[in-house]
Amino acid sequence: MSKTSQRDLFPGALEMMILRTLKRQPLHGYALAQHIKRTSDDLLQIEEGSLYPALQRLLKQDLVKAEWGTSSTNRRVRIYKLTPAGAKHLQHEVSSFERMLEGITRVLAPGES
Amino acid sequence: MSWLTQLFSRRRLYRELSEEIQAHIDEKIEELVADGMPWEEAKYAALREFGNTSLVEEKSREVWGWRLVEDFLSDIHYGLRTLLHNPVFTVVALLTISIGIAANTAVFSVVNSILLKPLHYPHAEELVALHQTAPGAEGLADFENGLLLSPSMYFTYAEQNRTFQSLGVWGTGTGNVTGLAEPEQVRTVGVSDGVLQTLSVPPVVGRWLLASDQVPRGPERVMLSYGYWQRRFGGSPTVVGQTIVLDSRSREIVGVMPEGFQFVDADFDVIVPLALDRGNAILAGFGFHGIARLKPGATIPDGNADIARMLPIWMDSWTNGPGSNPHIYETWKITPMIRPLKQEVIGNVSELLWVVMGTIGVVMLIACANVTNLLLVRVEARQQELAVRAALGAGWTRIVRGLLVESAMLGLMGGLVGIGLAYAGVRFLVATGPSNLPRLGEISLDARTLSFAFVLSVLSSLMFGLVPALKYAGPWSKSALRSEGRTTSATRERHRARNLLVVGQVAMALVLLASAGLMIRTFEALRTVDPGFADPQHLQLVRISIPDSLVTEPERVTHLQNEIVDKLAAIQGVRSAGFVSEMPMEGFDSMWDEIFAQDKVYADNTTAPMRLYKYMSPGLLQTAGTRLVAGREMTWGEIYRLRPVVMISESLAREMWGTPSAAIGMRVREFPKMPWHEVIGVVQDVREKGVQETAPEIVYWPPFKENLFGPGPAQAMRTVTFAIRSDRAGTEGFLNEVHQAVWSVNSNLPLASVRIMQDVYDKSMARASFTLVMLGIAATMALALGIIGIYGVMSYTVSQRQREIGVRLALGAQRGHVLQMVLQQGTKLALAGVAIGIGAGLGLTRLMTHLLFGVTAHDPLTFAAVSSLLILVALLACYIPARRAIRVDPVVALRYE
Repeated sequence: MSKTSQRDLFPGALEMMILRTLKRQPLHGYALAQHIKRTSDDLLQIEEGSLYPALQRLLKQDLVKAEWGTSSTNRRVRIYKLTPAGAKHLQHEVSSFERMLEGITRVLAPGES
Repeated sequence: MSWLTQLFSRRRLYRELSEEIQAHIDEKIEELVADGMPWEEAKYAALREFGNTSLVEEKSREVWGWRLVEDFLSDIHYGLRTLLHNPVFTVVALLTISIGIAANTAVFSVVNSILLKPLHYPHAEELVALHQTAPGAEGLADFENGLLLSPSMYFTYAEQNRTFQSLGVWGTGTGNVTGLAEPEQVRTVGVSDGVLQTLSVPPVVGRWLLASDQVPRGPERVMLSYGYWQRRFGGSPTVVGQTIVLDSRSREIVGVMPEGFQFVDADFDVIVPLALDRGNAILAGFGFHGIARLKPGATIPDGNADIARMLPIWMDSWTNGPGSNPHIYETWKITPMIRPLKQEVIGNVSELLWVVMGTIGVVMLIACANVTNLLLVRVEARQQELAVRAALGAGWTRIVRGLLVESAMLGLMGGLVGIGLAYAGVRFLVATGPSNLPRLGEISLDARTLSFAFVLSVLSSLMFGLVPALKYAGPWSKSALRSEGRTTSATRERHRARNLLVVGQVAMALVLLASAGLMIRTFEALRTVDPGFADPQHLQLVRISIPDSLVTEPERVTHLQNEIVDKLAAIQGVRSAGFVSEMPMEGFDSMWDEIFAQDKVYADNTTAPMRLYKYMSPGLLQTAGTRLVAGREMTWGEIYRLRPVVMISESLAREMWGTPSAAIGMRVREFPKMPWHEVIGVVQDVREKGVQETAPEIVYWPPFKENLFGPGPAQAMRTVTFAIRSDRAGTEGFLNEVHQAVWSVNSNLPLASVRIMQDVYDKSMARASFTLVMLGIAATMALALGIIGIYGVMSYTVSQRQREIGVRLALGAQRGHVLQMVLQQGTKLALAGVAIGIGAGLGLTRLMTHLLFGVTAHDPLTFAAVSSLLILVALLACYIPARRAIRVDPVVALRYE
């Protein structure tokens, strides 16, 4: 929290990554956090706890659904799963993110303008 | 709905969330431990990685948007706890609020039922009373009823109007029903065609009286009221077609009006057709109330213009007989003054009710000021707690909201209790209220009254909640954590709000006390007025009507009445008896006629001022206790011999001839063709229309007298009130003997309006006494609340200054001096309040001028009295805490806390 070098994610980024991760397979909270950390090669400094408000937001918007189940370590956990609405939302978000990224990249590219 | 289920399932949701987060952390720890980290270290690492768990939980909950609701619930929880923690404060505040709300709700329910709700007729807003005034008709013009309609007016208006859907005339009367059980006098309403159509209330059984029932000397038909139908016919549906013997004539019942149907402002048993005879109608005979229904879109000014247009037509179409000038009525300046029927029913109570509503509203303000004061004191005591909460991160909005929720709870609970009290109060009022309050039976707590109570609770909560909240919890408040130091004494600034409240309370209490004081003075003034009769407590009245179907011969009627007087006078304990066409203040429609004096000259010799007239028997004056000012009473002998004698009131004698004695021997008559009657006696003035109204000029004719309507046998007054002077008046045994005495003369005679004169007298004062009682209650409440307010502030101030006083005493200050200092502070507040109150009172009491009698709205005596009373009471309220303060041992005071 107090790491000054850390840059906040833009709003919606965490949700997008959660949806993308869940698109591959349903996961419970801990596994989800580990997966995001691992795949981002720890480039993104994400507090594990911040995952949960984001998950609640997605639940409320019906983009994911949750069911109680058992984890691989035999623990009672809530397993999150992408809903069709979530899949659609992800697609939309990714494409608009890509457009944004392209725009930013062009502006940042040297030599022009 | 889903958010509701979510709201209720949220506990489970939160539990699951906590469980999930805990599982997450456990899993992390396990993994770290598996990687070889010591457990203790792993636990901290896991928590560090995760972040602030409770913040995460809170943020996750926030997603669901319940924060507002939850804060609110916790505010309520917190508020309830603090209220329960201070039971004395809570009870006092609740009582104050609920009594205030109860009083306001009860009075509002009265105002609502009487003034605001429409009458119980379809499209009641179209209904009007055809009121008219005649400012040129001397004598008549002073009285509220104005000029009633004559039959010829009715015919003209009904046939020629352009603005009314329907129109008719009506009047009340009495009739004798025989043949059912004991002879019974019933209240009748006579209606012309058009009246029932105007009111538009369909009968519950049978049909209305129609035009075909209005044929003069045709078949006689009647309708019954619901109550009479139930009482005499057991509500039998086959009543239609049966006959009833009314005034010894058999009449066919054609219908029954529904339950709750009231005839404008009259209760009735039987509706009879007036069957006005068009062939006999003359211009005069102004004896009927007009009622009409405006055409859709037509307004009252339209109706007035329409009637003004028809008045010349009326004068052209009718006459008072050969030789009379029909246009003499132009000098009367007859002016239509149509008014909504509701106004006719309500009469003159609206001003009174608004005054009562206003005063009781002021009581509410005082109550709110008191509660504000209590809350201020409490919030001040809680300042540290609030500061701690603020320091722990509660926003000031949250704290203000918390305080407001607390006061709203007080207000709403007070409202709830208040509604309960108001319900009881309204029941009590309906049961005991003055019977001349119109629409009394309709008073109830309806939806509008309940919403009024609710809005009042919310508004007053805001009023007493916002002041302390903003003062102590606002962003601008100096909510320092500094402790209440031993050295601090109350600062001027801290007391300003409370002092202002006390000054306001005293001022408002003064206004209410002054208005109640004015009513007391009014009542006293009314009591000292000589009404023109004496000792009404021992004056028994009964009204007896002798219909011509029972006794045809007029002279026989008078003989019968004479016999009744003799029998009544012979009852043991009776000092005297007599009869008169109506006793003062009985409230029957008075009879008016033009009275000519022989030695006076009248314009075009055909018109003279209208005078009230009565028929009176010998002995009545002595019985009623009315003084004979000059001359003598008439005798039975003179009456039977049709001697042309008459008595007049003192005011009439003075007006015509200067002194009462000068009137003796003068001669007066009614119509130009009637014989002259010699004035043989002058009678003390009588407050005929109530104590508040000036005594009218009255002419007293003999009860048996030449025919008013041209040649023919002499006429007798058939319906009269018998007055009996006895110490036993009003007792059951006495009334039995009165019945026996009357029935020994004729067993078919029913007795009606059996009452003592005191009741009639009281009823005429009911308006004044009702106002007095209501304002008295309001003023007492205001005074009590005001005292509590002053006392509360003074004792709080004193307790705050206890250390200071202790120091002063320790340094050698005189106790008397300290006492004086405290008293001075209270007196200053009281004096400021009194000064403002006098200013406001002088302006406001003017609004009740019409309710006053014999006293001006700015009566100095009243204002001086209530001001001194308030100052005295304020001093007392300061003295008690002040004395407590100087009794304190300085050592104890300094060691205090």
